[in-house]
Amino acid sequence: MPSTVALTVARYRPERDSEPSFETYEVPYRKDWVVLDALNHVKDNLDGSLSFRWSCRMGVCGSCGMKVNGTPKLTCATFLSDYLPGPIRVEPLDYFPVIRDLVVDITDFVRKLKQVKPWIIRKEEKTTGAGEYLQTPDQLDTYKQFSMCINCMLCYSACPIYGLEPSFIGPAAIALAQRYNMDSRDEGAGERLKILSEHDGIWQCTFVGECTKVCPKHVDPAGAIQQYKLTAATHWVKSLLLPWGTR
Amino acid sequence: MDLHTCDVLVVGGGGAGLRAAIAVAETHPTLRVAVISKVYPMRSHTVSAEGGAAAVIKAADSLDEHAYDTISGGDWLCDQDAVEAFVREAPEEMLRLEHWGCPWSREPDGHVAVRPFGGMKIERTWFAADKTGFHLLHTLFQTTLKYDVIERYDEFFVTKLLVDDGRCQGVVVVELATGQVRAITAKAVILCTGGCGKIFPFTTNANIKNGDGMALAYRAGAPLKDMEFVQYHPTGLPFTGILITEAARAEGGWLLNKDGYRYLQDYDLGTPTPKPVLRSMELGPRDRLSQCFVKEQEKGRTLEGPYGHYVHLDIRHLGAKVIDRKIPFVRELCLKYVGIDPVKEMIPVRPVVHYMMGGIHTDIHGATPVAGLYAAGEAACVSINGANRLGSNSLTEILVFGARAGNAAAAFAAEQRGASPSLVAQAHDEQGRLEARFLRKTGGKERIAVLRAEMHQIMEESAGIYRTETVLKEGAGKLKRLQERFQDLSLDDHSYTFNTELTSALELSYMLDGAQAIVQSALERRESRGSHQRTDYPQRDDERFLAHSLAYRAEDGSPRIEYGPVTVTRWPPGKRVYGR
Repeated sequence: MPSTVALTVARYRPERDSEPSFETYEVPYRKDWVVLDALNHVKDNLDGSLSFRWSCRMGVCGSCGMKVNGTPKLTCATFLSDYLPGPIRVEPLDYFPVIRDLVVDITDFVRKLKQVKPWIIRKEEKTTGAGEYLQTPDQLDTYKQFSMCINCMLCYSACPIYGLEPSFIGPAAIALAQRYNMDSRDEGAGERLKILSEHDGIWQCTFVGECTKVCPKHVDPAGAIQQYKLTAATHWVKSLLLPWGTR
Repeated sequence: MDLHTCDVLVVGGGGAGLRAAIAVAETHPTLRVAVISKVYPMRSHTVSAEGGAAAVIKAADSLDEHAYDTISGGDWLCDQDAVEAFVREAPEEMLRLEHWGCPWSREPDGHVAVRPFGGMKIERTWFAADKTGFHLLHTLFQTTLKYDVIERYDEFFVTKLLVDDGRCQGVVVVELATGQVRAITAKAVILCTGGCGKIFPFTTNANIKNGDGMALAYRAGAPLKDMEFVQYHPTGLPFTGILITEAARAEGGWLLNKDGYRYLQDYDLGTPTPKPVLRSMELGPRDRLSQCFVKEQEKGRTLEGPYGHYVHLDIRHLGAKVIDRKIPFVRELCLKYVGIDPVKEMIPVRPVVHYMMGGIHTDIHGATPVAGLYAAGEAACVSINGANRLGSNSLTEILVFGARAGNAAAAFAAEQRGASPSLVAQAHDEQGRLEARFLRKTGGKERIAVLRAEMHQIMEESAGIYRTETVLKEGAGKLKRLQERFQDLSLDDHSYTFNTELTSALELSYMLDGAQAIVQSALERRESRGSHQRTDYPQRDDERFLAHSLAYRAEDGSPRIEYGPVTVTRWPPGKRVYGR
């Protein structure tokens, strides 16, 4: 087992660099260290100016997504031991503007998330005094998977369509739209369909499936997009056949 | 300087902050409410909560039972009027979350399911598998998106509260992306910044939990209440400190020492039965279970690994089906981070710093003694948690008191006029301080990581599960010297763009204030109660210490401790009895 491993990290400081470059740090190798631990070792001991985001270190807050040897990963759940003997290359996620070093600008996603109306929409809301909406375990299971998205952005970084066409609403936002569409308490599918079947909605996805491959929470955004396309297509066919109303 | 204004300003985008913002938007839709967070709201530490949220909903349960479990669990240091309000409003808050789409786990007939939890006589914990905090936070965050009146400042770091004329009127922030310093004025400010577990070396808490709001309030003159009460959760994974939820024991998991013996039976927590029994054995309260671990270690009956002593949590007998249905995250975390499958192997666990019962002193409406300043959630101390918080009360607390603080702050804001003209000058001074002390400073000798490691060591040695006068005095002295050394800090990073070394330095200074408040409050509480155990004063002393400690920041920066009364309504102090 090696005692150290080389970490090659993308650096970009807009105040002084015209383009990104790489810097290599020799960090201790420990078998239970994740890539994030190695980055923290650099920041604490070697170079306090290295910038990256992190928080929970248990794979649920979604802060620490980066590319490790070219693949989008949560660095708090990616072990050094899987990359021996190194060097291990750490870069910011693709297709987002880089703010600094490993920190990318995700405001585009946050804006798109709001567009898909990820909240319960009902014609009439029940008061809390009337108790809960009943939902059987089977009904819960139909959308549960799509509710597991931690907004880590790995799927956007893996999506070639988003890379080519930044207006594409993207895997996570569509999966979350579908999460609400499939929820037995929700009646907003029609409203969301309008947004998603527009130009930058679901039609651009060519079902590459990279989003599902990199998802650390097994959300399967590609599956959500396919479901959605089918619903939208059916809706469209029905509207041709039954022009006086389909709902 | 860029000056922004709003009516109600919420600092912190976790569960309490988002619930407060929604409360403002719903009750006072004409007010402009802003949420400032140093991380995107969905990154907030609420996301890590696993087990569930307590609220009475089943016919066999009652509000009085919930109140009694909470008050006895808190070793009678809870304010009982606050607890009564809490248990009364809890069910409605939980139903509201249900209506907003929280994917609560269900009974076969579609009703919300509940599970048992530690220190609880009747099962009342609502859960969304074992990712309850995650679902609760995302439900709240996504729900806030429908209110256009809620404005967000994502990745803005608060460095100071603006107080003038005895009233809190806003904050100074650094925008992380640009390094730009701004003043944001408001008619009321609500601090929902969470706890400060990161003061300790071994904790379940996320990197962002540095007690920012506690220190901000403390520096603005509000006292920190009951800071000596630090909750150790009995089951953390060694090295990472990742939490293994209490739900693992509630579903039937056992704690075993190195001989495979359910050692809790030796500590007046009941007799072992194959199925879990409420308020007994593994379902005793967290403080007692963590203390039992130390006793067991002293007897030489724990196991020893590369990261210190540990015991085993055994859930193998539950079987893969129950584990995957009820506590899938436990399996996911063990597989990922320990390389073991709990379906087949026992989980190594040890006590880990988890939660601060103490926090910013507030009344039952979330108001602090500083006019216009409110607090809710782990950052605050109302107190419903007393000397030991009951598992699954904290998620409920952020909803009930987040809403209460939001309502109260909105009502206050609606009656206020504009901001004092002097605020701009204050904000300029703060900008000057940040430049001089950190960004433009040259020649300092101290490194953040070194000071932080020393703080960690001091806290573990002096303010751990068992404490004494000698170690606490030593700890207080050492922390004072660390504060002095902090003045000589040197940064590698002088950039204005996303400078995380600057924020780490500011967080360290917040933690040092919090650490001093914890140690001084622990030093002066010469009794043992709940999570605060003094080997030199092993008994509870209601005559002297049925009182809340209040740490004020003195002129020289050191804490000064005063005491305030505990409100007792219907449950006079009694003995905490578990397992019989």
